[in-house]
Amino acid sequence: MEPLLTVENLQVSFTSHHRTVDAVRGLSFTMGREKLGIVGESGSGKSVTARAILGLVGSPGKVEAEKLVFDGQDLLAADPATWRSIRGRRIAMVMQDPKFSLNPVMKVGAQIVEACRAHSKMSRTQAREEALAMLRAVQIRNAERVFHLYPHQVSGGMGQRIMIAMMLITSPDLLIADEPTSALDVTVQLQLLAIMDDLVSQQGMGLIFISHDLHLVASFCDRVIIMYGGQVMEVCDAAELQNAGHPYTQGLLSCMPSIDRKQQVLPVLQRQEAWLNKM
Amino acid sequence: MKTTPSIMAGIGLKIPAIFFSVALTFLGLLFITFFIGRVVPIDPVLAAVGDRATPEVYERMRIELGLHLPLYQQFWIYLLKVFQGDFGMSVLTANPVLKDIQRVFPATLELATVATAIGVLVGIPFGIIGAVFRGRWPDHILRVVSLFGYSVPVFWLGLVGLLIFYGRLDIAPGPGRIEVFYEGMVDPVTGLLVVDALLAGEWDICKNALAHLVLPASILGYFSTAYISRMTRSFMLDQLEQEYITTARVKGIAEWRVICIHALGNVRIPLITVVALSYASLLEGSVLTETVFAWPGLGMYLTQSLLSADMNAVLGATIVVGGVFIGVNLLSDLLYKIFDPRARM
Repeated sequence: MEPLLTVENLQVSFTSHHRTVDAVRGLSFTMGREKLGIVGESGSGKSVTARAILGLVGSPGKVEAEKLVFDGQDLLAADPATWRSIRGRRIAMVMQDPKFSLNPVMKVGAQIVEACRAHSKMSRTQAREEALAMLRAVQIRNAERVFHLYPHQVSGGMGQRIMIAMMLITSPDLLIADEPTSALDVTVQLQLLAIMDDLVSQQGMGLIFISHDLHLVASFCDRVIIMYGGQVMEVCDAAELQNAGHPYTQGLLSCMPSIDRKQQVLPVLQRQEAWLNKM
Repeated sequence: MKTTPSIMAGIGLKIPAIFFSVALTFLGLLFITFFIGRVVPIDPVLAAVGDRATPEVYERMRIELGLHLPLYQQFWIYLLKVFQGDFGMSVLTANPVLKDIQRVFPATLELATVATAIGVLVGIPFGIIGAVFRGRWPDHILRVVSLFGYSVPVFWLGLVGLLIFYGRLDIAPGPGRIEVFYEGMVDPVTGLLVVDALLAGEWDICKNALAHLVLPASILGYFSTAYISRMTRSFMLDQLEQEYITTARVKGIAEWRVICIHALGNVRIPLITVVALSYASLLEGSVLTETVFAWPGLGMYLTQSLLSADMNAVLGATIVVGGVFIGVNLLSDLLYKIFDPRARM
């Protein structure tokens, strides 16, 4: 089967006056319509990878790759018009904190309708109906009321559901969720993941789930990529994560506190330069 | 089905509270201007009778002006008069101060409004272009253009403008609000010559007044364009970094929509303050521009009154300036509530 997304030797670097920072160094993976987790510490290049796939690394960032192909389409050669037809319609992204990722001066309904109308010649009323249906699909009970609220009037969990509704209304083929639950409290996190899981499975789309929460990723995804320093350390099946071989993965796993092992001093995560391929 | 609330209530305006705060501010303004006016070492009696008057004449004038009373009584009397619309007589023009102000303020209003309109219509697009093309040639050009407008003194620009467009090229009319020939030919209704001429159906006069307005308004407008475009650019850069802009781009909408609807929708909120302040400062009357263009506005009136120690006129004009500030602030508060849903508490 033709893979949905192929990334080969992706490099993203940011150049400022005095130095160049390599955020992603030679990342490769392929994925189908599956749930792929990307885990790593802060600064390991997870979010930059997501933005590179969407062509949203702005200057002074520079994206290079041997291959960046989405559903047979070469993203490296895409012009602005092609990007617009891909973004939102084919690939969508849910970001970390709805407090910042929703436009504060626009009603949430209008923001969803905008996403809907960007890719189909739909009348306003039709788009409105779609948006309301989508709000109900993310289990917002009082959809009509929420439709007319501004982002500052909704809670974080509600905001993130609105964000998911906005990103899934066009039924994209690939959803990138960039730490979608990090800004929410724990009880809301699971609710939200359940909603997202349902919709992603229903529509049969691919999902890239970026997180630093190993357990969450292991329980939610099919496969997991472990990133460190802009490179892939290891790719393994989510179910096999506990038995992962790479010392970095082992390190990450043993750093996590557990209720069973009380009063145990957690080890400090060991990082070795030797894991990174020199370039 | 709930009833639709009025627009005012819908955006969270509390009329009595606003009225109270405006009244209090205005009272404070009167208080401060009055006492500063009395404390400054200017003798209003001397200004009225001249330095060769006998002590009897001087004393009689002092009583006539009410200056023999204690300060708080003087203030009370002044307050009562102001609320009746009486700012006293101007020594310089021998007119009631209110009448003078009614004559000069519209001239300033006309100039300031057109200049601000130019500043908004040109400055905001310039600022947007500068931010979108940050660091590239359109940005550099606009930055030089606005830096020039920002750093060159307005009166110099006015003189050079007159020299080139009136003196050499002869495409702009000379100083003044209108050709002497037309002076006093339309009844002042609003005091704005262009509007009055239009109301009277005097097309030629309207055209002439408009022509006289172009050069001084462009020069003041250039200054406010420079300021507004700089601020717009910086607000815009700030907003374009925000996450919701990434969201908008992820949605796959056109880039002009990202900038003009999403970013600008947020930029216009802090811009209200910038535009309001620059408008208010122009409404004070730009003394230098008004002098260069012989524009009989508030700035010129205030300066002349000050130079001839005409305290009634100075106080009156100062109160008008303060009132304008209060009014413009009120308006910008209102716009805040319209543009920013978070401000509607």
